[in-house]
Amino acid sequence: MAHTLAEKILLAHADVDEVAPGDIVMVHCDVVMTNDISGPIAFRAMERMGADRVFDPSKVVVVPDHFVPAKDTRSAELQKLLRDWSAAQGVTYYEQGRGGIEHTVLVEDGWVVPGSVIAGGDSHTCTYGALGAFGTGLGSTDIAACLASGSFWQAVPGTIRVEFTGTKGPYVTGKDLILAVIAEIGVAGGTNMALEFVGDGAAALTVDERLAVANMAVEAGSETGFFPADETIAEYLDGRTDRPWTAERSDHGADFAQSLRIDLDGLAPLVALPHSPGNVVPLDQATGRRIDQVYIGNCSNGTITDLRQAAEMLRGRKIADGTRAIIVPASQRVYRQALAEGLLDLFVEAGAMVSTPTCGACFGGGGGVLGPGENAITTTNRNFRGRMGSSEAGVHLANAWVAAAAAVAGEIVDPAELAEAG
Amino acid sequence: MTRICRAIVIRQDDVDTDVLYPGAYLNVTEVEKMVPYLFEGLDPSLRDQCQGDTVLVVESNFGAGSSREHVPQAMLASGIRFVIGKSFARIFYRNCINLGLPALVAPDAVDAARPGSQVAVDLDEGTVTVDGERFDLAPIPDFLRDMFAAGGLVPWMRERLAAS
Repeated sequence: MAHTLAEKILLAHADVDEVAPGDIVMVHCDVVMTNDISGPIAFRAMERMGADRVFDPSKVVVVPDHFVPAKDTRSAELQKLLRDWSAAQGVTYYEQGRGGIEHTVLVEDGWVVPGSVIAGGDSHTCTYGALGAFGTGLGSTDIAACLASGSFWQAVPGTIRVEFTGTKGPYVTGKDLILAVIAEIGVAGGTNMALEFVGDGAAALTVDERLAVANMAVEAGSETGFFPADETIAEYLDGRTDRPWTAERSDHGADFAQSLRIDLDGLAPLVALPHSPGNVVPLDQATGRRIDQVYIGNCSNGTITDLRQAAEMLRGRKIADGTRAIIVPASQRVYRQALAEGLLDLFVEAGAMVSTPTCGACFGGGGGVLGPGENAITTTNRNFRGRMGSSEAGVHLANAWVAAAAAVAGEIVDPAELAEAG
Repeated sequence: MTRICRAIVIRQDDVDTDVLYPGAYLNVTEVEKMVPYLFEGLDPSLRDQCQGDTVLVVESNFGAGSSREHVPQAMLASGIRFVIGKSFARIFYRNCINLGLPALVAPDAVDAARPGSQVAVDLDEGTVTVDGERFDLAPIPDFLRDMFAAGGLVPWMRERLAAS
């Protein structure tokens, strides 16, 4: 029987002989990840399940990243709890200053390989789909079950095949591709589905661009979203991991619930207007909006690729009066790379603030939350009302070129025009 | 048949978990301390409407976004016994099930409910009654019925871990 890639991965991780969409199966994890928000509640639930040890310490990763560095004593207590629990359980723990944002860290450090199943106590665990993994975001009680037994329950998803064709133009990035998908199917269009990204346009994307695409699969309501592994991924993983993996694809003749094609020729940069990631318009319908704060970072678009794009816009220019910019490398590794390339100096010279890696203001946790009436443009993944602070603030989602150009202009502009203006 | 619960109603699609429980309060881990922030970004007055046994009635794709379990935890602690909706976002749905808070799909019942409606559910029969009028629930897989019967994933796991 022909299977989709999602079905193949789940078949290889469940004690069943066959799967079909809608079947509920217990799925065995290759990696279980949690953080300073989902972790403490999960540890308590695990105890209540009667488990005092994790199923396999070598498969558990703990990354404090949300309220990091601690914004108050309560956050510090959570981080201490995480640190102590990790030591007691003998699991891998990324101390602050040695990791960064969880999803970036797990990808960089070789925890993620194609075909693996990763359960994470964070909705953006789907990011691992960039490498062809089945990463899925879970709540604390699910994570508790994963910690205790290594398994979670999962309804086998259908698959929406998303084919990217053509070649993307200048100032278009992975962010625009996934915003185009969400615009097409809507914020609930992926419910009970996995998104599978294929086609020449997908194959041409770098790992950083794929991270941006896979990261926001959850913003379409999907269970997860992934790219079948290819040479780009093999090259990326070479020397990064000793975990075995094979490149799998959906079988010829596999049954897709839906297929859509997005032509990258002629695709403009896109902007998601407040207050939904599905509220997507072409850039030219968003220009002229005044911007108080620019935020470049987070698990979707805080990569070195994003920082280089921002640097290209900010090089030799200044942040506009009345506008502030916060740049948040997604990991210590990205931070050092940016440092080595002179990007951090360039950002500071332009008048931007450079933050240590953190989830920070992306979810309103700290380090740049918005006040009432303020407008922001960000490379983050959610612009729900109140997401970044005041419920009277507006957040626009865009790629790093567009966000950085807005920092210079003080309003949303076309980065191509800024570049031409010199 | 469950006990009769009083309805509170949210007439909005795609309600996200950020408005249901804002991110700034995610460093709260004690359930009773989560309650004052429930519905904070949507309509704080909904908190006052949770009096005694309550059913939350919602529209489509309810609970979109973040995996924060604070939302259903605070709902349970506020007296919400079950949620009836047209559809749910995946992680919120899982979290409800896992915590023993049945999230049930019954579009016609959602349309019929008004704030203050008297609502009861019969899981065995697969029906929900709103002010005396009976509606079908969408089919519930056996796996989830077991989870409801166990009272959520914690007791469900406790039983299995003890047996293994």
